[in-house]
Amino acid sequence: MTFRIKPAMLKIAAAAWLLGATGAMADTTLEFTQWWEPELPAGSLRSIMDEFEAANPGIKVTLVSGPYATTRDQISVGAATGTLSDVVGLDGAWVNNLNAQGALADMNPMMDASGFDKSQVADIIKVDGKAVMFPVASFVYPVFVNLDLAAKAGVTKLPSTRAEFLEAAKKMTHADQNQYGWVLPLSLQTPSGVQNDMMSWVWASGQSMMASGKPDLEGKPVVDMLTFVKSLNDAGTISPGIATKTEQEKVEEFVNNRVGMMIDSLAHVNLIRERNPKLNFDLIPVPVVENYTGKRGLPYASWGIGISAASKHQEEAWKLVQYLMSEKVNAKLVSLANAFPGNVNAKPDFVTSDKAFGKAFEIFKTGHLANEFTGLPVAEDLMTQFDVQAQKMLAGEQSPEQAAAAAQKGWMAKF
Amino acid sequence: MTRQKRSHHKLKRAVAPYLYLSPSLLIIGLLMLLPMVTVIAYSFQNSAVLRRDPSFAGLKHYQAIFDDPVFWASLWHTLYFTCMSVIFHMTIGMVFALMLNSDRINPALRNILRVLYILPWLFTAVIIAVIWRLLLEPNGVVNSILMQIGIIGSKVEWFSSPETALHAVTFANIWAGYPLFMVSLLAGLQGIPKDFYEAADIDGAKAYQKLIFITIPQLMPIIISISLLDFIWTMQVFPLIWITTGGGPIYSTEVLSTYTYKLAFSSYNLSQASASAVVILLISLGLTLFYIRYQKAR
Repeated sequence: MTFRIKPAMLKIAAAAWLLGATGAMADTTLEFTQWWEPELPAGSLRSIMDEFEAANPGIKVTLVSGPYATTRDQISVGAATGTLSDVVGLDGAWVNNLNAQGALADMNPMMDASGFDKSQVADIIKVDGKAVMFPVASFVYPVFVNLDLAAKAGVTKLPSTRAEFLEAAKKMTHADQNQYGWVLPLSLQTPSGVQNDMMSWVWASGQSMMASGKPDLEGKPVVDMLTFVKSLNDAGTISPGIATKTEQEKVEEFVNNRVGMMIDSLAHVNLIRERNPKLNFDLIPVPVVENYTGKRGLPYASWGIGISAASKHQEEAWKLVQYLMSEKVNAKLVSLANAFPGNVNAKPDFVTSDKAFGKAFEIFKTGHLANEFTGLPVAEDLMTQFDVQAQKMLAGEQSPEQAAAAAQKGWMAKF
Repeated sequence: MTRQKRSHHKLKRAVAPYLYLSPSLLIIGLLMLLPMVTVIAYSFQNSAVLRRDPSFAGLKHYQAIFDDPVFWASLWHTLYFTCMSVIFHMTIGMVFALMLNSDRINPALRNILRVLYILPWLFTAVIIAVIWRLLLEPNGVVNSILMQIGIIGSKVEWFSSPETALHAVTFANIWAGYPLFMVSLLAGLQGIPKDFYEAADIDGAKAYQKLIFITIPQLMPIIISISLLDFIWTMQVFPLIWITTGGGPIYSTEVLSTYTYKLAFSSYNLSQASASAVVILLISLGLTLFYIRYQKAR
């Protein structure tokens, strides 16, 4: 009896070992670090991961979630120590540094090997020819206009050009009533105002702050933008406190009827409605230079995704990236996030159910995503440097040309 | 007892205190010395933290920060912010402590004042920053009151103007920090023997003479100790400045802590940030040694 059982047990054990060794029985656990989970409705990202696991037996996903800033620091340290998660949530501003550290995998070979249709994605962020990031969800930045203030000021046609914007801002400004045409947040604490509220004017007109991969801040587009911002400031149309104003305060002022127009993330629409349900506002694209008729660049911030170069499970990680970029899943994710899709075929449900989002989606479809800070080295530092020069200009310490020249000098040191 | 046993016993007695101390020494070593030594090491490396194989940089990063005019501006702002804060913390703390210790004030009112005066101490730095941002914003309460009583003719951008920003953050920090002095000095005042004042009354001393010749000399040990500690702590203030101004406008409120933070988390230049942190460490160390020497001398 004993003699007969022993070989059978040995066979079972050998088969189990063989299956384990070949991975047939083992689950691959992917680690996915991101800041999205806390910003999405509770449990929704986990539910998408559960669906992915059900569709891909043998792959499990562990979500490592935290606030944006913590995630950024965690990813920087992980890249340095070679402990970066298999799949990482990325901001375009980080990818250059991470790529320089050799932390991100090139997704080009993965796309080729799997026959991935590149035309379905809104953008592929490349550094040194390597495809390192896909924007999964994009938060575009149109101009929000307070229609009641506009009507009261006699602004019947919403501005489409910079000149019209200046005129509208002047009309809406009544400093004695604490009411201003525009709001510009240039706090050095979060210098993203440079990207969202200043450079957006350049990109909207199809222009660029770069030339041949190098900064071109002394070029006409940026100098013209600075001159335009200065003219808005000189006309007294910008809400005071520019140098320390944050994005959050910008939104608060708009919500409280203290500014007529602001450039802001579409992600704030619900927040604005919650804070002031009676606020009557509309969305327009960022106005352009005179006579510009081309496609408008739409500034955006994104939830990007990439794969760690040190990951031992790149094949499985690519499956997860593909899954999140697929039409249906992407539409579901961006619907939850109130964002625009990374897959051009995906249509979030809120664009049909909500007028404001529907309008923004039209702006999104007729323009193109534009954010030249994506992929630049130390993007936040570049914004800080530009911010300081813009503050000096607005304080009357230098001209737009001098501000552009000083910023150019600082930027060149980083390239 | 044999000679061997005696020497063994002696050794045990000698080692015992260190064994008792070892848990705390281990914690201090792990939580304080190790990070400190690591940061010092980073300051001598190229691409510290960001590269797995950083090369030796010598004094390059120290040279870079000493060549940076923003560093010197930060150092000056730090000194201004710290000195003004300590002076006013001490002055306001003394005035309020004297007030709370005075028999001339109704005890009930004194209790109310005691609660009111200590309030700033109950708030965290973030809350204090938010309160002062709201109060001092161009459309805030302070401007409104000052305009109504005719002190200013137009709205002042307290935190956003390069001329006023450093004074404004210093003011907010003074408001936040005086209770430490007040409480310490009040305790000191209550410990001064009444006989001194009675003798001075008999000699016909006036109030200001009693203050100069009795109260202040009696409080001097507390004043010096707390001032030195306040100097060390205020030098390292970060959240209040970061939340109110972010070191701006331009560089007008850049202090060593915000300068270092930006190098680390905006420029990702962790080597230079470490060098800057070591400079702060050396300044703090100098002050700490001064404090320890003073304490020993007492």
